[in-house]
Amino acid sequence: MDTLLDIENLWVKFPTRQGIFDAVRGVSFTLGRERLGIVGESGSGKSMTGRAILRLIRPPGMVEADHINLDGVDLLQKSEKAMREVRGERISMVMQDPKFSLNPVMTIGDQIIEAYRLHSTASKSEARTKALEMLEAVSIRNPERVMRAYPHEMSGGMGQRIMIAMMLIPNPEILIADEPTSALDVSVQRQVLDIMDKLVKERGMGLIFISHDLNLVADFCDRVLIMYAGRIVEVCDADKLHDAQHPYTRGLLNSLPRLDTPRDRLDVLTRDPAWSDTPSVSGRL
Amino acid sequence: MTMLSIEKLNVWFGTGRDRVDAVKAASFDVGAGESFGLVGESGSGKSTILRAITGLAPTWSGRITVDGRAIERTRPRAFYKQVQMVFQDPYASLHPRHSVDAVLGETLQLHGFKDIDARVVRLLDDVGLGQKFRFRYPHQLSGGQRQRVAIARALAPEPQLLLLDEPTSALDVSVQAEILNLLADLRQEHGLTYLMVSHDLSVVGHMCDRLAVMKDGEIVEIMNVAALRAMQATHPYSQHLLQASV
Repeated sequence: MDTLLDIENLWVKFPTRQGIFDAVRGVSFTLGRERLGIVGESGSGKSMTGRAILRLIRPPGMVEADHINLDGVDLLQKSEKAMREVRGERISMVMQDPKFSLNPVMTIGDQIIEAYRLHSTASKSEARTKALEMLEAVSIRNPERVMRAYPHEMSGGMGQRIMIAMMLIPNPEILIADEPTSALDVSVQRQVLDIMDKLVKERGMGLIFISHDLNLVADFCDRVLIMYAGRIVEVCDADKLHDAQHPYTRGLLNSLPRLDTPRDRLDVLTRDPAWSDTPSVSGRL
Repeated sequence: MTMLSIEKLNVWFGTGRDRVDAVKAASFDVGAGESFGLVGESGSGKSTILRAITGLAPTWSGRITVDGRAIERTRPRAFYKQVQMVFQDPYASLHPRHSVDAVLGETLQLHGFKDIDARVVRLLDDVGLGQKFRFRYPHQLSGGQRQRVAIARALAPEPQLLLLDEPTSALDVSVQAEILNLLADLRQEHGLTYLMVSHDLSVVGHMCDRLAVMKDGEIVEIMNVAALRAMQATHPYSQHLLQASV
């Protein structure tokens, strides 16, 4: 499998009054043309990892790594101007909540067209046709009407699909999806995942899927990194997630209520300080 | 014995052309000591039923009976001694500039308790927080700790019926397990009746005895948890929901 993204020893640090806080502590992994899941609780550093790849962490936050290679070129060495050509065009990111990620005073159509024309020399009418096509590709019925609508007229599920459409128009090589479905209902969740799955398969993209939902990740991804306190504690194939070995992963799995096995009490995770001290497991292939 | 009875409940928002019927002719009974779940997608009206019961959605028709007494338009203070609600988002439901002590103390004072100091201590113990959290502010607490404070506040008037609106959906799975265990313990200790809204069928399956499935403001099916576990839903929508969540 060819490697799209190669990350070695990534650290994300924030200075605080109590000294430097390490949000991500020495994480290494590679991404090929696959669906890579990153799971963990809030505060485990999974979103920070996604943001650090695109260098979206602003000062006073600091990103350090031996390298973040995209097709052999280190993203950390790039100038801010060169980074702008990477963001959106080669690596795209879908954020958690469409409500806060779409411009509320611009129609959907104008936003998608703007995003597309930033990265290409297409004319307005070409961009418009492309936007309509893309909206259809993410199963939006009546794309003409949606193009004229404002974000507040859309439901959460539609907003999320619009975001995905917008991110996929420039045909990036890598898509980073940060909890793309956690604001959605189960039935809509399925639809959005199916769309992403189809696009990943058809276009041969690499997908980094950040989520706190273990069952969803086990179902949807190929490979999973489990993060705890800024480190990767376990790497496994998604279909073998339910046989995971690390006590933290086991604890998370056992704390979920299950319909098929009723219990009086749910297991509560007892945290072992040793988990956060053991060095990060490498997610390289 | 029936703790809560809802008959032909309609709730709507707006008037004329803008009228939205959020709940349409919903009827169900919850027995004393029972735990009853409401499931459905967002916008199906499950939270609106809770809001109509507590008086947060004033435009409703039908009949709501709590412990044999029908609810009037204005609810007496005694009603809130009987019925309390826990909200979805612990980050939004606590006053950011009131300490835990102030939040619980105010509630106790409003309900006319005299031994406020001793009761605050007992409430914090009940929800597993303990003394050291008494003078903290919400921003000094984690999500799970905040939800414990919200539960303590709901327990302060010693209610019989607790309305739980997605009490764990804003929390991590590990914290969710702690809160669900706490709620189960409290129900046993205090003999509480729960009406719980959730979009997560496995949470409802864990917590509740019976549940109602809602779609577009209507209750499409009422079933018990054994049927839910055996995947024996009769209505096509509940079957669809079950399949999507496994």
